[in-house]
Amino acid sequence: MSQQHDTYYVPSKSQWPIVAAVVMFLTVFGAAHWLNAEPGESGFGKTVITVGAIGIIGMFFGWFHSVIKESLAGMYNPQVDTSFRMGMMWFIFSEVMFFGAFFGALFYIRNFSIPWLGGAGHGVLTHRFLYDNYSASWGAEGGNGPMHVGGAFSTVVPWGLPLLNTLILLTSSVTVTIAHHALRAGHRGKILVFLGLTVLLGATFLYCQAHEYMEAYKELNLTLHSGVYGSTFFMLTGFHGLHVTLGTIMLAVIWFRVLKGHFNKDHHFGFEAVAWYWHFVDVVWLCLFLFVYIL
Amino acid sequence: MAHEATHDHHDHHHAPQGFFQRWVMSTNHKDIGTLYLIFSLTMFFVGGSFAMVIRAELFKPGLQLVQPAFFNEMTTMHALVMIFGAIMPAFVGLGNWMIPLMIGAPDMALPRMNNLSFWILPFAFTLLLSTLFLPGGGPAGGWTMYPPLSLQSDSLAYVVFAIHLMGISSIMGAINIIATILNMRAPGMDLLKMPVFVWSWLITAFLLIAVMPVLAGAVTMLLTDKYFGTSFFNPHGGGDPVLYQHVFWFFGHPEVYIMILPAFGIISEIVPTFARKPIFGYKAMVYAIASIAFLSFIVWAHHMFAVGLPLGADIFFMYATMLIAVPTGVKVFNWVATMWGGSMTFETPMLFAIAFIILFTIGGFSGLMLALVPADFQYHDTYFVVAHFHYVLVTGAAFAIMAATYYWLPKWTGHMYSEFWGKVHFWCSVVFVNVLFFPQHFLGLAGMPRRIPDYNVAFANFNMISSIGGFLFGASQLIFLGVIVHCVFFSKKKAADRVWESAKGLEWTVPSPAPHHTFEVPPVVHDEELAHGHVND
Ligand code: HEM
Ligand SMILES: [Cu+2]
Repeated sequence: MSQQHDTYYVPSKSQWPIVAAVVMFLTVFGAAHWLNAEPGESGFGKTVITVGAIGIIGMFFGWFHSVIKESLAGMYNPQVDTSFRMGMMWFIFSEVMFFGAFFGALFYIRNFSIPWLGGAGHGVLTHRFLYDNYSASWGAEGGNGPMHVGGAFSTVVPWGLPLLNTLILLTSSVTVTIAHHALRAGHRGKILVFLGLTVLLGATFLYCQAHEYMEAYKELNLTLHSGVYGSTFFMLTGFHGLHVTLGTIMLAVIWFRVLKGHFNKDHHFGFEAVAWYWHFVDVVWLCLFLFVYIL
Repeated sequence: MAHEATHDHHDHHHAPQGFFQRWVMSTNHKDIGTLYLIFSLTMFFVGGSFAMVIRAELFKPGLQLVQPAFFNEMTTMHALVMIFGAIMPAFVGLGNWMIPLMIGAPDMALPRMNNLSFWILPFAFTLLLSTLFLPGGGPAGGWTMYPPLSLQSDSLAYVVFAIHLMGISSIMGAINIIATILNMRAPGMDLLKMPVFVWSWLITAFLLIAVMPVLAGAVTMLLTDKYFGTSFFNPHGGGDPVLYQHVFWFFGHPEVYIMILPAFGIISEIVPTFARKPIFGYKAMVYAIASIAFLSFIVWAHHMFAVGLPLGADIFFMYATMLIAVPTGVKVFNWVATMWGGSMTFETPMLFAIAFIILFTIGGFSGLMLALVPADFQYHDTYFVVAHFHYVLVTGAAFAIMAATYYWLPKWTGHMYSEFWGKVHFWCSVVFVNVLFFPQHFLGLAGMPRRIPDYNVAFANFNMISSIGGFLFGASQLIFLGVIVHCVFFSKKKAADRVWESAKGLEWTVPSPAPHHTFEVPPVVHDEELAHGHVND
């Protein structure tokens, strides 16, 4: 891939990296402080997190602002574009591995830890002596473990809101692809419509998800505390939801950039990066729907 | 500062003015590489001082210097600081400095992200080290942070967030390295002509991106188990503490290769130079690195033989682990074959490289012993394991970093280091490191557990020897510091562009010291300039 270039492009100095490091530090330092605070004395930690979080948002604005400006000034040659693309692809790969850790935990718990607690394999003694004849099962019966951590609960029925959410995300994948084709063909109006639809679908998904969480907490007694069932359910869907939130925000930003005419048919890395991200979020959801809700 | 995006074409050869601008806002791979290396050296001494506390306490049986809780904090922090603060940043620093020079690129592919990757680290380590001053003390459950022990400490949140930050830094650094290698090579620098060091980093970067997120996931589960009431590792709720070990070691084993593959790359640069022969079996070397990386994903449970895995798992992981010895052996034989019949000279980098080959092999052999399930039942969690990983990490990774420092320091600074003091450093290090770690094999075989501040009097003699070796090895590293400081600030002896007589590769075609900007126009690479330009099958 080492094509011939007249000169290489090396970007100028920037203060954003150090700003980013500082605000990230503030956020996690505040968070750690807050987590360890005695009840009632959490003021300091919360203040620091808030400052850090606002700083992170500001940093993203500032950093992307300068990058977009440079991009519009035509400073990025095709080689830089390729670097950005690779960067985004490998970033998504790292995200896949992050979700992999939680899916791995889910598979392990369902295939090993729960059955072993119920006496499969060589675990017979634990099951007899520690846990009053727990019999292994998943879902509402045994999903919160032999001590029924978090109390009795029921599970979310996959064929209601989750199915709707699946359809929403699948549709949004289609709309974002249509918008991409429109971009390649140079139809700005069509891009705006379909990209706008994608943003709306993302927001609807989030709304449904929030609704589902509320129902789970209030009516099903399915909470983060509901043993490993609750742990895996909320951590997986929660991290996914967080990614949908980010993706929706990024899509919205791209929508404004399209409105401002930042992209043309050959030069639209920002658009593609966000579209890739969106497809990735979509695929994760399909896995969630299958492994967390249905099976 | 978006407005000065037009970059300074007029001062190619000197660094920009202004301390803050140059070092904190940098987009220059050499400056950022230097920052990484300085950071790593600092952490090497911080982590080293923790090791001195450990060895001082273990000098005699009984408790004399520190409380057991603090001793445990020291073992935990020593490992975390050395792994994430010393070894890994050193390799990233070397990669930053050398990869663009070796492939004819002007800089890293994403220079600003490069700067961010670095600057996260000092903050992450501030967070980590600050836990030592917390009311409850620092983390004391071992660097592996096994639950439920690790969940008892209030410092957990700080440690987890520090690890998140380090992970973000590593992932961004790795993405940058991959993009640089795949996208920024000068014309003529085909993939199979790249220096082995560059290859080793390409594969290491892949490993980093694949496993750092998994570590992030594992420690996130610790965090939510402690603070948010999840039950991942709590059997009452259907979880399993062993799950943590699986997730952790899925990261952990590739991680140990992350710490050795770039070392393999370094040795593969140095040995041909001082043997005055091209590397033996270039392609085999590259494929060996790739297969080691692949295998590293399917051996993790060899760290868990003693927790009671199903028999089938024990057997699978035992054989898979032993399989790694094959590509590793290929590498060792190829280094030896490269030296065979060469006209060798023994400057300091070569001395460290040869010591690496011999002593790393000892570590590999003890690894093979540990890979045998029935034997590991005996050795697990004893000093034998400690001896094993210090042979691969100190005489392996750290020696390779030292070799690299001596090898490229003249290129970085434009001055020669003192060969005499370099050799003194080498001989002190190589002797004392064995005094330090070799007896630990015997201690482990005799059953001395690791991570315990006191021990049976039967272990007294070997422990005293080991501690003496430890103090002297620690002191020897001050020589290293002295040699570096002397070379950077005081050395009068100018280095030639091609510092070593028969060194090959693009990095030797630029002046010494390497100017602030190199290869702004892609160089045309000729095969005969390259160490591996004429590789056939
Ligand atoms: C021939 C190759 C190797 C084999 C067969 C091997 C095998 C093993 C085994 C079986 C253990 C677990 C021992 C126990 O806890 O009972 C172990 C531990 C360890 N190995 Fe290796 N190893 C090899 C190479 C390496 C390399 C190259 C490194 C790092 C550069 C390394 C670093 C470690 C570390 C850090 C531990 C201890 C982790 C801990 O429990 O804290 N090993 N090795
Ligand atoms: Cu291992």
